[in-house]
Amino acid sequence: MVFSMITILIIPFIIGVGLYLKAAPLFENQSLLKLIFSSSWAPSTGEFGFWPFITGSLYVTLLSFLFTAPVCLFAAIYLTQFSSPGLIRVMHPVIDVLAGLPSVIYGVWGILVIVPFVSDYAAPFFGTTSSGYSVLSGGIVLAVMCIPYTLNMLIEVFNTVPNGLKEASLSLGATMWESVKHVVIRGNYPGIISAYGLGIAKAFGETIAVMMVVGNMVKTSGNPFEAAYPLPALIANNYGEMLSIPMYDAALMFAAFLLFIIILMINLFFRYLIHKTKRQ
Amino acid sequence: MELTETKTNNKVPASKHIVSEASSILRVKDLNVFAGAHHILKNVELEIPRNKITVLIGPSGCGKTTLLKCINKLTDLYKELKVSGSIFIDKDDILNTDTNIPALRQKMGLLSQRPYPLPVSIYKNVAYGLKLKGVRDKKLIDFSVEKHLREVGLWEEVKNRLNSPATRLSIGQQQRLCLARGLAVKPSIILADEPTSSLDPISSKIIENLFKDLTKHYTIILVTHVLRQAIRLADHVIFMNDGEIIEQGSPEILFKSPETEQLRAYLVDGN
Amino acid sequence: MRRVKIIEEKFFIWLSAFMTYSLIAVLAFIILVIFIKGFGALNWDMVLKTPRGGYYYGGEGGVLNAIIGSLYIAVGATLIAIIIGVPAALYLNVQLIRYRRTQNTIRYFLDALWGIPSIVYGAFGFSLMIFFGMNASLLAGIITVALLIVPIMVRTFDEVLSTIPKGLHEASLALGSTRTETAFKVLFKQGFPGFITAVLLSFGRGIGDAASVLFTAGYTDNIPVNLDEPAATLPLAIFFQLGSPIPEVRDRAFASAIILTGIILTISIGARILSKRYSKTNLT
Repeated sequence: MVFSMITILIIPFIIGVGLYLKAAPLFENQSLLKLIFSSSWAPSTGEFGFWPFITGSLYVTLLSFLFTAPVCLFAAIYLTQFSSPGLIRVMHPVIDVLAGLPSVIYGVWGILVIVPFVSDYAAPFFGTTSSGYSVLSGGIVLAVMCIPYTLNMLIEVFNTVPNGLKEASLSLGATMWESVKHVVIRGNYPGIISAYGLGIAKAFGETIAVMMVVGNMVKTSGNPFEAAYPLPALIANNYGEMLSIPMYDAALMFAAFLLFIIILMINLFFRYLIHKTKRQ
Repeated sequence: MELTETKTNNKVPASKHIVSEASSILRVKDLNVFAGAHHILKNVELEIPRNKITVLIGPSGCGKTTLLKCINKLTDLYKELKVSGSIFIDKDDILNTDTNIPALRQKMGLLSQRPYPLPVSIYKNVAYGLKLKGVRDKKLIDFSVEKHLREVGLWEEVKNRLNSPATRLSIGQQQRLCLARGLAVKPSIILADEPTSSLDPISSKIIENLFKDLTKHYTIILVTHVLRQAIRLADHVIFMNDGEIIEQGSPEILFKSPETEQLRAYLVDGN
Repeated sequence: MRRVKIIEEKFFIWLSAFMTYSLIAVLAFIILVIFIKGFGALNWDMVLKTPRGGYYYGGEGGVLNAIIGSLYIAVGATLIAIIIGVPAALYLNVQLIRYRRTQNTIRYFLDALWGIPSIVYGAFGFSLMIFFGMNASLLAGIITVALLIVPIMVRTFDEVLSTIPKGLHEASLALGSTRTETAFKVLFKQGFPGFITAVLLSFGRGIGDAASVLFTAGYTDNIPVNLDEPAATLPLAIFFQLGSPIPEVRDRAFASAIILTGIILTISIGARILSKRYSKTNLT
């Protein structure tokens, strides 16, 4: 039994080291800073600037967060404070199913519904044109994927608010909504932020669904109606050519390594936050 | 404690007006509370005298806390509870009125078994009620905060750390803080649900003495499990069992010569 | 002032309700869209036949290759995850029962592990493959997916185990059983419904994940016969078929999506029903 435990705990180290080693050849003639911040991506000439992919990932993730954050907050509040207890029993399987749907299914739905929506309705509404394969589409699909995960965590956080605290606020003359604002939300900032942080970490690493709707073009414009190329999509799309161009495999492994480190750091940080606040 | 021999009734009829209507601040009529099929409060009728400490005693599960929660309509928080009947505070039936429930609740302060300081600073805790009312004048709020912290004897202890989190106080101090913040909204009635049960003896004593002083301006309804506390503090006693009011009256009568078998049994167990 | 508060409250309650019900609507919408789009191409051939004429250009056949491939990988990976994960979860709850801090630290790391995206496992699995000289194959796919789902297995099972009261544990030890006996017999039995849930959850993840098998399991029109052969998977079948220039193939992608969704729905709902039913008859 001990053996299993140790094996499992060693896995992340092996993964990290393994990816780093595979990426190492890349560092021989390029500095780390140049790799991360350069925008020129031309593998056949040996130029590997990851910046567009990093910003692409950031952009899609942040956009999805803009949708996820309010929806989860209000839904969690409704379910834990205002709705009848029966509703939450209905919602649990709904959330479970949404969380269990494979990435590729969300991708299919994205292609069928979201991409046309963006190109036919959203873009004209804002006065631009778009093929639909865009950061916006990626953001929307990603948001729907991350909502169940974040929502579950928020529900857990809000359920721990003791009734006595709400009663105290009510008896001081607050309405139910004011009590929610001051007691449920304000008293739980760490928990809420952690739930959001973990959701963001998950969004950052999502591959297939985003890849199917985001356009996969190397560019760094700020326009959400244009395509972008997030890091995970980079890796997934190019694994076929990996071995034919020199250094390409090292570059993609470096991308994987970047993803690994970034997401691991985010997770460690927010899980630590949750840990600390649970103690109190 | 001596108990004189009494006749064995099940209940003292409520038609015996123990408290005259003029001096009662709160009257409960025909109060029934159901949680599903479970009949928690059964046809409760009682009166609470003004500016006195009324003590609510009875075995666990008899409905004391539920009764308290009906009085400030906290039962609204629990959707499984069905409440019917009337509770009159100065001629207003609060159970059957649609008017401003939060304002109604401000007429009654609540002190719970465990202190529940809001997750903000000491100052903001006491100021909470005022800010809810829309008071913006900082001087007014400062004045109220100091006044009420003094009222519960906390001022000297916390005046230098008004902005530190309320959760850093000791439990006894937290409970006094909860009392101060309740008083800050100028209630007429204070509802106290076993307020000293999680406190050490010294803090308990402080709270008990506070209650005695507060009757000058406030009416206090105190639920307690501790008979000695009831004896110490009661001006008026209500004994409940299994959701019904069994006896109510002056402490001399109820404690020394209880009329019902149930109360006698309860008192004997308590000693 | 009070008017404003009432309006504010009504607005936010309405908004919160709207968000909540929208989620139900979105789920229904997603499932509906997939079903409507794919229903036309869904027939028994899809489930029972392998593709003919190359998966990309093929005009006939079904996705049996992918269904079987996915099943092989999911079952294989889940087995590995059980073998590695169950003892670890039991260890966490038995041997370490007195060391709360260690327990919490390990749980903390496991939770962080859970967050690693499947593409990272895929890339790592690919490196391993090259390192060991393996081709894209069933075996490589199984190992990679196993890595992916081990944290899920361990943490889910561990969550359930940690709710088992210590009293049960101590009673068993007091009656003279060794630590290992206690672990397997007592804890496992009590936590059995949790075990089932963990297995189902892990299996569901293993069968639906695409990024981890993308590099490692390869793709083929055939049903793999031994571990060394490449294997098709349902998610990849959908993905590739969708990219085909031939409309019939694209339609089959949607039909495959229905199949995959159906499998996942069965697992998700099954897991929920089982955990509910067992928790009612649970003697704790």
